[in-house]
Amino acid sequence: MKTSKVITIAWNGLVKNKLRSLLTMLGVIIGVAAVIIMIAISAGAEATIEEEITSLGSNLIFVQASFTRGGPGAQPSSGGLVYDDAFAIADEVSGVAGVVVEQSSSETVKASNNSIDGVSVLGSTEDLPSVRDINIAQGRYFTQQEIDRTQKVVVLGASLAEELFGEAPPVGQIVTVGTTKFTVIGVFAEKGLVGDVDYDARVYMPITVVFQKFTPSQFARMVGDRVRLIYVEVAEDANQDDVILQIELLLAKRHDVSLDEPDFSITTQQDIITTQEATTEAFRNLLAWVAAVSLIVGGIGIMNIMMVSVTERTREIGIRQSIGASPNDIRMQFLTEALLLSLVGGLIGVFVGVGGSWLFNLTGGMRTVIVPSSILLAFGSSAAVGIFFGYYPANNAAQLDPIEALRHE
Amino acid sequence: MNKPHPIIQTHNITKVYGMGDAQVRALDGVDLSIGENEFVAIMGPSGSGKSTVMNILGCLDRPTAGQYFLAGEDVSQFDKTQLAIIRNERIGFVFQSFNLLARTTALENVLLPTLYNRGEEKENAEYHQKGIAVLESVGLGDRLHHQPHEMSGGQIQRVAIARALINDPVIILADEPTGNLDSKSGAEIMELLTELHAQGSTIVMVTHEDEIAEYAQRVIRFRDGVIETDKKNGHTLVQS
Repeated sequence: MKTSKVITIAWNGLVKNKLRSLLTMLGVIIGVAAVIIMIAISAGAEATIEEEITSLGSNLIFVQASFTRGGPGAQPSSGGLVYDDAFAIADEVSGVAGVVVEQSSSETVKASNNSIDGVSVLGSTEDLPSVRDINIAQGRYFTQQEIDRTQKVVVLGASLAEELFGEAPPVGQIVTVGTTKFTVIGVFAEKGLVGDVDYDARVYMPITVVFQKFTPSQFARMVGDRVRLIYVEVAEDANQDDVILQIELLLAKRHDVSLDEPDFSITTQQDIITTQEATTEAFRNLLAWVAAVSLIVGGIGIMNIMMVSVTERTREIGIRQSIGASPNDIRMQFLTEALLLSLVGGLIGVFVGVGGSWLFNLTGGMRTVIVPSSILLAFGSSAAVGIFFGYYPANNAAQLDPIEALRHE
Repeated sequence: MNKPHPIIQTHNITKVYGMGDAQVRALDGVDLSIGENEFVAIMGPSGSGKSTVMNILGCLDRPTAGQYFLAGEDVSQFDKTQLAIIRNERIGFVFQSFNLLARTTALENVLLPTLYNRGEEKENAEYHQKGIAVLESVGLGDRLHHQPHEMSGGQIQRVAIARALINDPVIILADEPTGNLDSKSGAEIMELLTELHAQGSTIVMVTHEDEIAEYAQRVIRFRDGVIETDKKNGHTLVQS
């Protein structure tokens, strides 16, 4: 029999039972959509991590305070990192291209006629633009001198500047952060979202100002000018391990701790990449299994319905046999029906999967990246599922005795 | 030249169901010859073997022993696929319960056998034309796109007859063709079969109604798996 005829017969069989066909396909639709969405989600997570890492700049070392000895605040004089540690690293360690310290707060920012609540305030140091790879669009960034003198100057993120001043040039204007007035000296170029952080909606100022104005006084008294994290950018020609060792020795000496029991920890960007890759891989494997199981369940659904369908349509099979359908014709009809169900289901699943991924992305709940090969994979496995689970019922149909089949009520 | 082969020729066919003590000999050595353009009625009480012989003549079943020549070809040992081809090309079935596909139009039902045609393919349009012509010839030119549930029993059986004719079979096998119809529709169907016979078709029909058997030229009665009487035009032709 010609393929086109087989497809015609099978297609007619499905169209005459639209609801049943649709319900049968549902399993495959969900399975295929699940595969695509899950792969898109994990690809999205990977892409986010990758971007975060590149946006951090390359060759970064993170020095973090760790309170291994007696918990936070137990020995305030010697625990954790302080602002001066950053300068010590910058001055005394060779092979360091830049050091950044950050201290953040959340304040209300007012311009002449605009007021925005809950703006993230980031106190930082001189090397921030180069280490974090952010460009200045207007004006300039603050200098070490301004940091040392706790000058009331701010640099605005791109979107924040637009919200506060609209079209008007912000540089030279006055903004009130909390209760303190600041002069705007520059605006950053757009950077966008990195991870959860919107770089464009923040206000940047000298870290000394944050210590002075925005750290609650009681807290400040206890912790001094402590910082949580120091970013160290390693110079291109320097050996990273070398730099790490120097920092360890320096901080151990400054904090008067032994290297076996440090009150800080050093992580490299590579450590973070490795950890996150391991996490996303585990995540991806889990999702792939969930998706594979749902495809198999979809296949079992097809088999189930095809079995019922063969029983229900025994008489139709008898009629077809009486007018000349051979066992092979009958087998091909039911196999093709199963295949069409899984292919059409797969196709709908692709649309649902791509649409769903897109929707996830749009609603901001989860970042997704549609992987073209996942579409092929999902579609291909749905076809395989159709043939695999369609064969047994189709073979049952082919083995029916025409006389018995014609007698079937 | 000898006279042409009879359409149907059987030699001593038997059909045995079951095994051992439970064995039933449904047919016990049947010799039957049906020539071209005959109109034969097969009668007999239930269990006489008339259904079994119809199934074998219709190539739905194979005899346990004996030979069956259909249009000169021994089909008694054909496999399922070969039998399917024979049914498709040479036999037209008309059933008591019509056996049309539901939710399928008259024309689609009539064209159904052509989907299983082997050998050289005709154009779809050609089949389509032929399907319409056959439906017109059974008086349903205005019901081409009606589905079975939109038609009367008589009309449905006409569609079934049109379907039986679509592949120009050498024989039409009708199994109680009027069994599910009222007497008026039944008479119309019998007139249609008579007309087909007059146009040259060979028809074998199973019935248990004497009235219906009247339409045939020849009446073969079965009893206990053998031919009891074989009469033509009212007088005895063969008696066993």
